[in-house]
Amino acid sequence: MSEPKTKRFEPVATAASTPFWEATRDRRLVIQWCVDDEAPVHFPRDVCPRCLGTNLEYRPASGKAVVHTVVVEHQMPSPTGDDGPYAIALVDLDEGVRMMTNVVGAAPADVTVGMAVQVTWEPLSDGRHLPLFEPAS
Amino acid sequence: MSDPLRGRAAIVGVADLASPTGELELTGRGLEAAMIKAALDDAGLTLADVDGLCHAQSSMAVAEYLRITPKWTDSTNTGGSSFEIHAEHAAAAIAAGLCDVVVSVYANTPRSDRKRGTGFRGRPGGWGPPDPSMEWEAAFGLRRPMGPYAMAAARHMHEFGTTSEQLAEIAVSTRAWAAMNPQARYRDPLTVDDVLASPLQVEPLHLLDCCLVTDGAGAFVMTSAERAKDLRRPPVYVLGAGTAHDHSAMISEMPDLTTTAGAISGPKAFAMAGIKADDVDLLMGYDSFTITALLHLEDLGFCAKGEGGAFVEDGRTAPGGSLPMNTNGGGLSYTHPGMYGMFLLTEATKQLRGECGERQVADAEVAVAHGSGFILSCMSTIVLGTEAAL
Repeated sequence: MSEPKTKRFEPVATAASTPFWEATRDRRLVIQWCVDDEAPVHFPRDVCPRCLGTNLEYRPASGKAVVHTVVVEHQMPSPTGDDGPYAIALVDLDEGVRMMTNVVGAAPADVTVGMAVQVTWEPLSDGRHLPLFEPAS
Repeated sequence: MSDPLRGRAAIVGVADLASPTGELELTGRGLEAAMIKAALDDAGLTLADVDGLCHAQSSMAVAEYLRITPKWTDSTNTGGSSFEIHAEHAAAAIAAGLCDVVVSVYANTPRSDRKRGTGFRGRPGGWGPPDPSMEWEAAFGLRRPMGPYAMAAARHMHEFGTTSEQLAEIAVSTRAWAAMNPQARYRDPLTVDDVLASPLQVEPLHLLDCCLVTDGAGAFVMTSAERAKDLRRPPVYVLGAGTAHDHSAMISEMPDLTTTAGAISGPKAFAMAGIKADDVDLLMGYDSFTITALLHLEDLGFCAKGEGGAFVEDGRTAPGGSLPMNTNGGGLSYTHPGMYGMFLLTEATKQLRGECGERQVADAEVAVAHGSGFILSCMSTIVLGTEAAL
């Protein structure tokens, strides 16, 4: 395990998202679901954006995803603390939600739309972890 | 035409100000007041005639500064498209009889503020619900505003085979228009190779795919079609208007990275105006980035989805092309103070009044001002026309 990175802007949880961030202490990826709609909700909300109901719960996610789009920052320092360009992507989780992330474990130029990726974890300063993605093994 | 809005209100005065240095001397409310005076002078009206006021932060603060008492007010802020929405709302309010003479004004001087170390620096937080983009996107180092646009460009390239060369064509064509605008920041000729040789920022966007950061200011005055007939300038009628937004500050919430809400606002505005894309003599399409303008061309129906790259080749939107686009030099080469939508309306108005000199589009009767706010988030389309287009 590496030392916590200090360059990251560290997310501040809301009441709705606290279970998501608490699960990351154990490197578990969980996603909010609307029980009544049987549909995932992300980003986490106090109400389901489909039915406006509040019957919401968190369920484990597979951590498997596909890159929907990817860009490479060439000028700014990387939030990973590494030197050089870095990849920022939107990934579509198998559960059907889209999230922003960094794709690590591959040269940025080798990260392509449609690539299969899986979750990996970067420690935050307070014991939580940030979900990043790497090429699927 | 039975539409209750079409042709009922007209832009009767405009002003816009920018400088080849990218900097202006006035700033803040003083600059806004100067723009209001210039636009009212253009119309042959005075401050005493104004009974409606629009501003993208606080119409109340502007009215207080000017010691006027509007009886209709609008502080809608959707980022760069705010002024198209002001035009839509003002036209509807005038048509409904809520007010008679509306002014919308904008000024921002980020370039000289930075140099002087002055100006407002907004702090995150304050009132209101938390911004989810700070929780779910800020950690990953996606530079704003260009990063989200780069994500749309990368997806467009993947889905449709669009190339960096095609995006560069937009910057090149826009620069050719800027060469004919004495107020423009950049007027030197530009080539596709120049764009591709400029440093990659957030790949696939190069530096010259990105808009300027300059001082700039403008205003428009709108009144009823009846009153407009007696004023100083030929009326420029509001023929159609439409607005739609499909996300706010989170690019991960945009439903489709390659189709903006302009695919809703545009057809709505065109239907109200009773026009088709072929009827448009010039398009003022918000060009925060080259990809922004390309998406407008598709979403407004000037070409099919995915064909924007091929459409902009061979100078089709350049001087002499079949669709003059961003004839003032756009946000890419004229000015971009942060919320550029005001300049879409001022240039469209001046073109329809035949006042654009060297860059005048011949026989322009119908112009479209299409604003884009935040990160491809809120689109607002205004169709403007001359009396002949009524």
